[in-house]
Amino acid sequence: MTRLSRPAGKKTALWLRARMLQAIRAFFFSQGYLEVETPLRIPSPLPEAHIDAIPSGEWFLQTSPEICMKRLLAMGYERIFQIAKCFRGGERGNLHLPEFTMLEWYRQDADYTQMMEETEDLLTFVAGELSLGNALAFRGDMILLKRPWPRITVREAFARFSDTPLEEALKREIFDEILVSAIEPRLGRNRPTILYDYPISLGSLARAKKEEPAVAERFELYLGGMEIANAFSELTDEKEQRRRFAKENSHRLSCGKTAYGPVEPFLRSLGRIKSAAGIALGIDRLAMVFTQAETIDDVVTFTPEDLEMESDI
Amino acid sequence: MYSASDLKKGLKLKLDGEPHVVVEFNFVKPGKGQALYRTKLRNMITGSQFERTFRSVDNFEQADLQEKKMQYLYIDEGKYCFMDTETYEQVFLAAEQVGDAKNYLIDNLEVDILFFENKPLGVTLPNFIDLIVAEAEPWAKGDSVSGNTKPIKIATGHQILVPPFIAVGDKIKVDTRTDEYITRVK
Repeated sequence: MTRLSRPAGKKTALWLRARMLQAIRAFFFSQGYLEVETPLRIPSPLPEAHIDAIPSGEWFLQTSPEICMKRLLAMGYERIFQIAKCFRGGERGNLHLPEFTMLEWYRQDADYTQMMEETEDLLTFVAGELSLGNALAFRGDMILLKRPWPRITVREAFARFSDTPLEEALKREIFDEILVSAIEPRLGRNRPTILYDYPISLGSLARAKKEEPAVAERFELYLGGMEIANAFSELTDEKEQRRRFAKENSHRLSCGKTAYGPVEPFLRSLGRIKSAAGIALGIDRLAMVFTQAETIDDVVTFTPEDLEMESDI
Repeated sequence: MYSASDLKKGLKLKLDGEPHVVVEFNFVKPGKGQALYRTKLRNMITGSQFERTFRSVDNFEQADLQEKKMQYLYIDEGKYCFMDTETYEQVFLAAEQVGDAKNYLIDNLEVDILFFENKPLGVTLPNFIDLIVAEAEPWAKGDSVSGNTKPIKIATGHQILVPPFIAVGDKIKVDTRTDEYITRVK
């Protein structure tokens, strides 16, 4: 058996990670949020074109706690948060683990702009609790946490950082390629940066903007060129959500993947949600920023590969 | 056939009709977007390196690469000739395909020849080979300070640093990867 070498900084990173989780919980309790735990095993994930669930018996491991969290919203839980393991098939890289930890929180009577502010509040609070001050050294940059954080729309980002305008990128189906190669590396280098207002086709669970129906009320937070969080003003229109899921599933089928669903109880609960917004934030990646880690491997106890190796004591 | 999820450092695949090796690899996936496989590839024929991003639906052929033990025979008009000692089949490599290996190509040396779809691509030397010293200055008095070395030449004209006691006609073992003298061979 190959031996697994323990990097010297791992223990320090795990201590920081634990204190970070403590601080996150303290923040949400202070804001009146209820911490919930929902089942990890679910009958079906929500149909999304590019997210693959890992089967568990007849059911699946959750790809995010979204289904149960939104059902709780519909049941009248106004402010809820969860720190949960999520599972996604085929995802392994410097920033990806097939099993990772996600923080999700949902808030009634809020939209995505309020979630932007609350995310600023949260990260500023956590950095303070960890005594990291208001500047984070990460990947060779100093990221100043001073608020408000810069915001840039997806359209502006394409105009500024890419030779290909947004419409053309969508038409030629190279949106993702341009995003990862030309745009993401430039975001959040000196200040946390919010990328927002996605084309509606890229926000299947997000509400459309009233004044601009082709745009979804969705944002992503970037720190040091790395995506940290994804948020929506939640779509609560059952009919529209059905249409969007059908589209996502037909995309899955066209790529030779299986369709997901049905997710009837979820769909039927949507109408009972009052206006709400929700956000998912990668705990492992946030820990990377706070511990100046090179890869996601540095902030978890074991990677899947580690589990097949003997560890040094 | 390989699919994009098979990609990793060191994988050899056929692209645009030529063999390529993956020298850098990273999996990326934007939020709700598709999985992308970013690679840096080296063309095994031309040596040129470039970046290429693949999608999970992309497939590629394995590169049909084989290594065969062959004997170096001679050089003629810039072409290096190698022979399969069992079938007597001969192949030729150009100077740029042989590269620095030319420094150690002594007659009858057994080497590995890399073939792509039955066409010879390049040569791999054994890590250690025994060589006869062809040219050397005699051991002058006062050269015996420990750690001292002197340059000698082998039959190919290649220069190697050896201890001062090595003389013309001696057999020495050399690491072909580093040009380092290892020992004198009895």
